[in-house]
Amino acid sequence: MSLGPTLYFNVRLLDPATGLDTMGALLTQDGIVVDYGAELEKNSLPSKAKMIDCTGLCLSPGFIDIRVHLREPGEEYKETIETAGQAAATGGVTAMVCLPNTKPPIDDVSVVEFIARRAREAKLVKVYTYGTVTRATEGEQLTEMGLLSEAGAVAFTDGTRAISNAMVMSRALSYASGFGLIIVQHPEEPFLAKDGVMNESEISTRLGLPGIPNAAEAIMLERDVRLVEMTGGRYHAAHISTADGIAIIRAAKSRGLNITCDTAPHYFSLNENAIGDYRSFAKLSPPLRSEDDRLAVVSALADGTIDIIASDHSPQDQESKRLPFIQAECGAIGLETLLPLTLELVHNGELSLLKALEKITSKPASLFNLPGGKLQRGAPADIVLFDPDKPWVLREEKFSSKSKNSPYDGRPVQGIVHETIVDGRSVFKFSP
Amino acid sequence: MASKRKAVERPQTPPAHAFPHKHLLGIEGLSPQEIQILLDLADSYVEQNRAENKKTDLLRGRTLINLFFENSTRTRTSFELAGKRLGGDTINMAVSTSSIKKGETLIDTAMTLNAMHPDILCVRHPHSGAVQLLSEKVNCSVVNGGDGTHEHPTQALLDAQTIRRRYGKIEGLTVAISGDVLHSRVARSNMYLLTTMGAKVRLVAPPTLLPKDVERYGVHVFNNLEDGISGCDIVMMLRLQTERMQGMYVPSIREYFRFYGLTKEKLNAANPDALVMHPGPMNRGVEIDSELADDIDRSLIREQVEMGVAVRMAVFEVLTRNKMNKIQ
Repeated sequence: MSLGPTLYFNVRLLDPATGLDTMGALLTQDGIVVDYGAELEKNSLPSKAKMIDCTGLCLSPGFIDIRVHLREPGEEYKETIETAGQAAATGGVTAMVCLPNTKPPIDDVSVVEFIARRAREAKLVKVYTYGTVTRATEGEQLTEMGLLSEAGAVAFTDGTRAISNAMVMSRALSYASGFGLIIVQHPEEPFLAKDGVMNESEISTRLGLPGIPNAAEAIMLERDVRLVEMTGGRYHAAHISTADGIAIIRAAKSRGLNITCDTAPHYFSLNENAIGDYRSFAKLSPPLRSEDDRLAVVSALADGTIDIIASDHSPQDQESKRLPFIQAECGAIGLETLLPLTLELVHNGELSLLKALEKITSKPASLFNLPGGKLQRGAPADIVLFDPDKPWVLREEKFSSKSKNSPYDGRPVQGIVHETIVDGRSVFKFSP
Repeated sequence: MASKRKAVERPQTPPAHAFPHKHLLGIEGLSPQEIQILLDLADSYVEQNRAENKKTDLLRGRTLINLFFENSTRTRTSFELAGKRLGGDTINMAVSTSSIKKGETLIDTAMTLNAMHPDILCVRHPHSGAVQLLSEKVNCSVVNGGDGTHEHPTQALLDAQTIRRRYGKIEGLTVAISGDVLHSRVARSNMYLLTTMGAKVRLVAPPTLLPKDVERYGVHVFNNLEDGISGCDIVMMLRLQTERMQGMYVPSIREYFRFYGLTKEKLNAANPDALVMHPGPMNRGVEIDSELADDIDRSLIREQVEMGVAVRMAVFEVLTRNKMNKIQ
């Protein structure tokens, strides 16, 4: 693979960080973005530049996915750093942040280092990690956040477990604030959600499944907002799914609190009806909610209350999903469907293309202090080429992820990744 | 001749109106002049304590009781020595905490002791405010030897004495107090004393070990040790109890030492001749590096212990003199 000069020309350059949207070209060399812009083609170029005609394609900063379950170490039969890296590359994701609910969990510097080493070996996309807030995510004792952060952990979360003890959460926010670190919460009151497997509604009544009320999300967010106010901590709520939750975040933001949030594509592209007759692939945490909640998520994305879209990529093997609904594991894979599902918001007229891309590029980068997420001269060439309009159908068997648990099998979508480039290296190329 | 005691210029015992307090329960509320009186007196006692004949008869016939509801070696010994060197009769009463069930028991103990007509009670208690409660129930003077996480006035006085002897002043110095401020009575007393005497005080700790709104007491708060001690003349380290380093306040000893443990390297951020203090007992390798604690050029830790006896003698002197004046 040549890392000599490469010119991507006849391309629609999109940079949400600056609002750039223009036809032009981008030049990379030695893994670095040398220059880009509308005028670039007319300038003098290195004589041996490789010329790539990108007619019909958009070029944007590579996507940054802040919520990925890597499953390695510990559950390599579901996913590995390598297969997740391939799925990410296929989805245009050039950097992902690994949740710490691995086995062992990322509550020790050695696990951060292990994942970094495995990611270097896989040499696909960039892998960052969370550290856990509490040891073994047991919700009691704080981890060595300072040392974990020095080792490379970018933020702290107990993954799919809420930090339920208010005193522990308050100390975590407080302690992390001393280092300027972010605490990411799974906002769900665990006692209300304990036995629930889906949204609590008339549908859960018909299916005879125990439900999780919307209040589970609202109660935890209300509590956390007060703790943030008390401690001055930096708080991020993961995968917001309800209208009530959104209202709480919106109010907290308008009061100037240092609170941000994300949602996953499921919560704006599906509702609880996707469960149909006990489809365990639609069993997610938090659960798919009502249509009203879905619409609230869409408008919160449009008005900026929800800052980030993260795939919440949760690979589960067949044995974990082919079970009675109550017993099946939660989660859906999402790295490879992040772009087309996000683009649904654009094709439906809810968000502009730049606004939608911002939520998977510049916003996650700036809020989590990650490199990338914008076009920058001299910065690593982490970019993605995609066709925003191309219609195609999502097919389970086409996914590169080791697990195939997607609730979107058979869904017609628009928009596909053509090439994913990390440090100037092509890590994925679309072949029809 | 070595055996002949050098005559020491002793300041006059101040008149009662110069130190109009029956008890010494805390530093909060003392005026700069009152603190000055105690430090000046203490200076003379430093000389006395270094002489061969260390004993005077200022407190002859007086009874001092050390009433300690919490384990202590150095503070109790220091009070005992201070009383004995002034010629008083000193006894120690160690009351095991487990035998204290209710506030009533504390008052019962106070009443019992009161009936024995002591002149001074030196009290340490694990609960904030307990020493004051006791002082309300007895006729004698009470010296707070540390109550809960509230105050430890004689420690602050001995720290001030140590600083003043080294720098010749307190006013204008910058002092960083670093460690478990939240649970520290030493930090509170020092904060009051040093700000009253015109020093600039900084507190350095992880946010989990800082009390609420502490900056309202005229101190500057830092979460980063190097930032907090930069430009400081004195770095005062506090003891962090092991049970607080297991995840509730601080994740681990290793992390605490990495970010808040004082080492020679980190001390480079302070002024070039900055000195280090610690109220003891030290956790070597937790809040302070062993090498630094033993560095005679940088560490004032042994000097602090010496000053402890002198300031307690000064405290006894002003409190008994007041009482004498009152009776006469």
